[in-house]
Amino acid sequence: MSQVIKLEAIGKRYLMGDQAVDVLNGLDLIVNTNEFVALTGPSGSGKSTLMNILGCLDKPTAGQYLLSGEDVSQFDENRLAQVRNQHIGFIFQSFNLMPRMTALDNVAQPLIFSGIPLKERKRRALEALKHVELDDRADHIPAQLSGGQRQRVAIARALVTKPDILLADEPTGNLDSKTTDAIMNLFEALHQEGQTIVIVTHESEIAGRCKRVIDLRDGVIASDSFNEVSA
Amino acid sequence: MIVDILRSASQSIRANLMRSALTCLGIIVGVASTIAVVSVIEGLKANIGEQFESMGSNALTVQAYTPIKQAMTGRFARIDHTDLQLIEDRVEGIIDVTPILYLPGSRNGGTKYKGNISTATVLGTSASYIRLDNWFPEIGRFILPQDDQTRRRIAVIGSKVREDLELPEDPRGEYIQIMGEWFKVAGVMEERGELFGFSQDDLIMMPYSAARSLNGRGRLLNIEIRFKAENIEELNQVKQRVERLLRKKRGIGENDVDDFKVQTADQLLDNFSSFTTSVTLVLGGIVAISLLVGGIGIMNIMLVSVTERTREIGINKALGATRQFIMMQFLIEAVILCLMGGMIGILAGYGLGAGVAAMLPGFPPASVPLWTIGLALGFSATVGIVFGIAPAAKAAGLNPIDALRYE
Repeated sequence: MSQVIKLEAIGKRYLMGDQAVDVLNGLDLIVNTNEFVALTGPSGSGKSTLMNILGCLDKPTAGQYLLSGEDVSQFDENRLAQVRNQHIGFIFQSFNLMPRMTALDNVAQPLIFSGIPLKERKRRALEALKHVELDDRADHIPAQLSGGQRQRVAIARALVTKPDILLADEPTGNLDSKTTDAIMNLFEALHQEGQTIVIVTHESEIAGRCKRVIDLRDGVIASDSFNEVSA
Repeated sequence: MIVDILRSASQSIRANLMRSALTCLGIIVGVASTIAVVSVIEGLKANIGEQFESMGSNALTVQAYTPIKQAMTGRFARIDHTDLQLIEDRVEGIIDVTPILYLPGSRNGGTKYKGNISTATVLGTSASYIRLDNWFPEIGRFILPQDDQTRRRIAVIGSKVREDLELPEDPRGEYIQIMGEWFKVAGVMEERGELFGFSQDDLIMMPYSAARSLNGRGRLLNIEIRFKAENIEELNQVKQRVERLLRKKRGIGENDVDDFKVQTADQLLDNFSSFTTSVTLVLGGIVAISLLVGGIGIMNIMLVSVTERTREIGINKALGATRQFIMMQFLIEAVILCLMGGMIGILAGYGLGAGVAAMLPGFPPASVPLWTIGLALGFSATVGIVFGIAPAAKAAGLNPIDALRYE
């Protein structure tokens, strides 16, 4: 099993006026290929910050971050954009779809930034939509889709670049329990196919359906355990 | 990549069609007003050029010139009959010396025929007039030298005068009343059409001597003297000779200002050109200001648009859009808006210019030279870049984490 994520002594310090606040404190973490991880913790524990660093949206102020063997903590803005585009698939709580674009165009959007021609983009986007069983809704704009369908479009968009890792930030936070169940089933299916997944959540039911649960407290890992129940 | 940026820019313009149109308005108005004015002026220029060409390039005109300072004291300079005689007698190398005496008050309806009134300009001149203006009679004859010598009361009229007075098709032999005196019509000139909306055929010509007597012989009336240089190469020498002579006659010292002007046809054309140039410059300034205002409008809307689309920018950045991509997206959107405004402005301006030219009777048709179209589009694009760059930089510089969190 190869390491997708390797964090070594990661620290993140914010300056609030002349006071320094350490949100992350020398955090070490390894996530291997095909792991299905839940990142939990109370608000203020640093899980959002960790999520942003894992997603290359933010840079750590200390430590080293190896993503698929590459030290991305030293990358400049443009290379980070490239990493986000090619190695990471984001899924957000509020879906973050472009409201005026069709489902197909939304899914195809990241491929624009990888410089893939239009025809190929459409083909791959349709394939990704098929993967989440929404290919019959390809021409619909987000407003014409239900919450669960929107999140599936967002998941298709995250999958379309075939990323090393799926990063989901409270993916079911805006969904009812029935839809939540369907989305979690989809994540489980993706996990079965070999996808590496990290889900940030504060709901224990969600965490309970992941294979590994990492609990964050005050910027450090308080517990790191494997669920045996849902094997 | 550029194609995708263009596509996304045009998408967002279409999504806010009303706002985009209003944003363009500043540019549209600016460009339309330029094009309208330029098209009218260019049309005029072409027309005027033709007019002056017919005057011949070896023709010279002597006119009285009153400096503004002197005019304010009420003393007006004049060229009179004695000047004419002096030039005729003393200047060598000139031909067709022609006096033109405009009869004051003739435009107030001093010409009558069977109850019809004409407001034509009446002037007294000599036989050589037709050769200076390249304008010839269509019916009958022009003034002959013997008409002038015998002070014959004959008149040669422009085609508009015949219309206004409802004279017969061939009015030769009819008598018309000019300022209380009877004149026999000897001929009708070719039709010349209109210039600046004024008919050039609303003219009555009579022998110079007859015109002088009509006005009371004792008075020295202000006249215009035209003549040609025998050799075109001598044009400048002839001009200087005339100037020297007139200066001497009037006792004008070397450092004094002349109270007359000797001008070639080219100089008359230059006068007109410098007039149109200054009009163009003034209007150019106004247009520049309106484009500036339009540009600020674009910048304002683009800044609003960036704020409004903060989340979209955040999403794109999370999905891997580089700073350059976002920057180009907004910059191209601003440039497209400006170019659209420019193109609509060109069409509207041309329509406006053509409309104005068509509405004024006798105005030459408007013409838009290619360089103005290029200039207008270039200027619009520049405005787009200059005023689009700040909003685009703002968009590109957004932090993706903050942008994603933006509601």
